[in-house]
Amino acid sequence: MSSDLTDLYQQVILDHNRRPRNRGRLPTANRAAHGDNPSCGDQCDVFLRLEGDRIAEITFDGSGCAISQASASLMTTQLKGKTVAEAESLYDEFHDIVTTGRAPEEMSDLGAFAGVHAFPARIKCATLGWHAALNALKGDAAPATTESHVD
Amino acid sequence: MASSWKNVRGDFPILDQKVNGQPLVYLDNAATTQKPRVVIDALTRFYERDNANVHRGLHTLSMRSTEAFEGARARVARFLNAASPAEIVFTRGTTEAINLVAASWGGANLKAGDVILLTEMEHHSNLVPWQLVAQRTGAKLRFVPVVGDEGRLDLAALDSLLTSEVKLFAFTHISNSLGTINPVAGLCARARKAGIVTVVDAAQSVGHMPIDVQALGCDFLAFSGHKMAAVTGIGALYGRLALLDAMPPWQGGGGMIASADFFTSRWKPSPERFEAGTPNFADAYALGIACDYLDGLGRAEIQRHDGQLAEKAYHALAGLPGIRLLGPPGERGGLVSFAFRDVHAHDIVTFADEDGIALRGGHHCNQPLMRKLGLTGTTRASFYVYNTEAEIELLVRSMQRVLKFFAG
Repeated sequence: MSSDLTDLYQQVILDHNRRPRNRGRLPTANRAAHGDNPSCGDQCDVFLRLEGDRIAEITFDGSGCAISQASASLMTTQLKGKTVAEAESLYDEFHDIVTTGRAPEEMSDLGAFAGVHAFPARIKCATLGWHAALNALKGDAAPATTESHVD
Repeated sequence: MASSWKNVRGDFPILDQKVNGQPLVYLDNAATTQKPRVVIDALTRFYERDNANVHRGLHTLSMRSTEAFEGARARVARFLNAASPAEIVFTRGTTEAINLVAASWGGANLKAGDVILLTEMEHHSNLVPWQLVAQRTGAKLRFVPVVGDEGRLDLAALDSLLTSEVKLFAFTHISNSLGTINPVAGLCARARKAGIVTVVDAAQSVGHMPIDVQALGCDFLAFSGHKMAAVTGIGALYGRLALLDAMPPWQGGGGMIASADFFTSRWKPSPERFEAGTPNFADAYALGIACDYLDGLGRAEIQRHDGQLAEKAYHALAGLPGIRLLGPPGERGGLVSFAFRDVHAHDIVTFADEDGIALRGGHHCNQPLMRKLGLTGTTRASFYVYNTEAEIELLVRSMQRVLKFFAG
């Protein structure tokens, strides 16, 4: 198996794909948004409870490839407890990781997605859950997509 | 030039390459087929020697070009056993051909309360044009159900669906996501008895099996050149002449009018009436060459070859743990479509690509059907004249590796 492929499907990613964390609807959610990539069929709903400026709880539900599901799962573990501004800046860092392949050492978990950058068609899979989460934080009811623009 | 099976792989220059270090195994033929050298060379030769705009040209090149274009029309008519070349309208492909019927025939003949009958296995290209015309005219859509994973049409339901409100019945010949071959002649006969116009989406069948539009008894049939060894951007609509000549134009422009003045125009008959603007004559010429190539191999032989590969693949894949195979187990078009509960089609396609194998994963422009079957998508391997049994073994080995990897 090529190193590109083992870089893409890191153990962390396989693990989150097999055993997604925080999956399902969140009955106490006060924010939600839907993400949809129509051409590949990936879907991701993000539910979160915002307490003041802080994400108290966050879950996701959806269907799609291992990259999109693992990314959404890992995202929920990273965003819980963060403020809106922290969440936005974490996304910027994640976006850099998947588009450049360079991950700061302290980003060990999100850094697992660095291998995505060698597969440009999969970047939109990795960022779908994040876009839904950002929309939910903004209170934007419009479905998020990572297909219609260069991301 | 008679094409032969002996060196069929050598006819397709693109196959001679490695992808990710492995010899290319091209199994995405239902999306588009590769092109034989004769087609590529014909197109080059045309541009190097004969290119000029067609019709009304009095100079030598224009006459050559017109001859190549109209010769291709006659060739396609013969390929489909149409009664006349005037029954062949060149389009960009299947999608445009169906849109033509929907806009022109549908716009002129459908009204509120009429029913357009489709099936649940239609590609979006034979669904969305009808949704558009239904919205415009107030006509309603109804669907012949697909039964289970074997993916056959519920023909028992057909009699109750073929009511007097139904004005048009559009269905696919071979399903691009299931491989089901629909009984076109029988469906057309039942529709015709009820006075219903039929449209056949033949995108997956025209280059893969003998097609005789008169024996099928269809009113319209649409196909794409690029799925049958010809180039992208060219396809055709077959229509019965009596229907075509009664239809209004769907686009206006040069080449389609008998005479024009400032306020009104009169139309030419078919096929020119439906070919406004400079037609895609060079690609049409290449399409005619592809017809020659395929007939050199023999379409009955192509059907046997593709069908045998599909059957072999179906049975070889059936041994994989947890596989869900779609489409009929018996006679099928040249493709297999399958899904695993725990591994998404896009991950499978990415893995297979590492082995040099080109597959397609996803909803195959069949979203409503996938939803009905409870699937987010399938992985599809589709075959053509240059594929081999050895490639199916490579496919199966690749799938075994994928499963092992994701099972952990």
